[in-house]
Amino acid sequence: MLYDIVIEPFVEFGFMRRALVACVAMAMSGAAIGVFLILRRMSLMGDALAHALLPGAALGFLLGGLSMPAMGLGGFIAGILTALAAGAIARFSELREDASFAAAYLTALALGVLIVSLRGSSVDLMHILFGAILAVDDLSLFLVATTTTVTLTGLAAIYRPLVVECFNPGFLAAMGVRGSVYHYLFLALAVLNLVAAFQALGTLMALGLMLLPAVAASFWSREVWSMVAIAAPMGLVSGFAGLLLSFHADLPSGPTIVLMASLFFLASLLCGTRHSLRLRLARPRHLQG
Amino acid sequence: MSAPALRLTDVTVSYDRHPAVHHVSAEIPAAELTAVVGPNGAGKSTLLKAMLGLVPHREGRIECRARRVAYLPQQAEIDRSFPISVFDTVLLGRWSRFGGFAPAVKGDMHDAAHAIEAVGLAGFEQRPIDTLSVGQFQRVLFARVLIQDADLVLLDEPFAAVDSGTVADLMDVVKRWRTENRTVVAVLHDLDQVRREFPHALLMARQLIDSGHTERVLSARNLLRARAMAEAWDERAGACETETGEPAHRHAH
Repeated sequence: MLYDIVIEPFVEFGFMRRALVACVAMAMSGAAIGVFLILRRMSLMGDALAHALLPGAALGFLLGGLSMPAMGLGGFIAGILTALAAGAIARFSELREDASFAAAYLTALALGVLIVSLRGSSVDLMHILFGAILAVDDLSLFLVATTTTVTLTGLAAIYRPLVVECFNPGFLAAMGVRGSVYHYLFLALAVLNLVAAFQALGTLMALGLMLLPAVAASFWSREVWSMVAIAAPMGLVSGFAGLLLSFHADLPSGPTIVLMASLFFLASLLCGTRHSLRLRLARPRHLQG
Repeated sequence: MSAPALRLTDVTVSYDRHPAVHHVSAEIPAAELTAVVGPNGAGKSTLLKAMLGLVPHREGRIECRARRVAYLPQQAEIDRSFPISVFDTVLLGRWSRFGGFAPAVKGDMHDAAHAIEAVGLAGFEQRPIDTLSVGQFQRVLFARVLIQDADLVLLDEPFAAVDSGTVADLMDVVKRWRTENRTVVAVLHDLDQVRREFPHALLMARQLIDSGHTERVLSARNLLRARAMAEAWDERAGACETETGEPAHRHAH
């Protein structure tokens, strides 16, 4: 019985297996990216960045049709350009960085929808906006797995300077280290992950599997590494449960997966061991001296 | 007196062409305690950052004889909600040894624990910093400076918003640095403390009012001048010219 519900869909259907592998890979690297996005106070900018992939992906679609490498490459270039442009605008004008990010991504989003509608149908547009994890083919699976490998090794390599750049950038500068180098390396990895996630979850929700587990983990842990260690399995379980639920209840898979991650967030908000509502409401007796 | 630890020659630092530090020339004596004093917006923090090379000084020259420089920033420049422990924060002081990639060795760990003890935080090693009070966090930053083993220590408002007990403890740390022949430069606001503890002072209001022995520098006349100059901020100031009428710099500021 349990076997029929939990295991069988993956044994029976190749597309479910591929979707699961994609979710596992995305959850592992996405958790780490999400944690750093939160620590850099860039959660909303990450979202803006995800939307900014659209015109690039749309151009890829225009030239190569619904092909993952073409759309992924286009999206990656568009994401990097947007991040650089927003950073440059913020530096050279008085505009705050969040405002310049918002301006850049709204422009990109509108441009993207326009380009897709030039040739594609509304089905194609839906596909790009909301993704299609059940249509993941071997090539895109390879791209997602490569992204995870590059992200995890890359983040491990720049871990310490990146953490200090978030925590106390002035100290890093006083030590003669250019923190912006690590900032941009991190942004490049973030864009790479968004590209990997966008094909499965679409540009609108690409950030869901990165950010929600990371936010949830922040209610449980007090170090950067343990936040990542807690967020990754939450993302994994969200992907697994979301796929099953969407299979059995015939729901669209992307939103179901993201909502599963939202459940983790809500549960952590209520019951977490740090700053959660439970602690706020229960007012546990204070400790001795 | 031996050669100065730092020599500033006609240093100007501008933000958006407005000078925050204007034609400052001064010497910071080696192995001494020097206080930098002046009203808000007088360019004290900027001067410290220029000494560190954190902000570029377009004009003038800063000669520094120190091998290693430690810097204690204002707390507002640090994300105090960041999930990191007291021990890891202090251990960062050894960055010049292990840099961004190499592991910390046993000796570094041992020294970090020792520094935490020295600032009176023994037992707090594994506490996340967001559970600390302002005073406790300031002790953490002092411990980080301690293990940097620097011969020039720059402190930016080290005693702001800290209770008197903590000030006394941390002042002891500063005095110990002096006996160890380290040069200390501190931005301070408590003039009584400066008169009591700091033999040298540098009074500024964007430009240097006076520098040298504290009693002379902090005369009533000098302090009045500093306040008057800080208030006279001209939004539409023209390009700076020297008294002879010659344009002073190629880059107008």
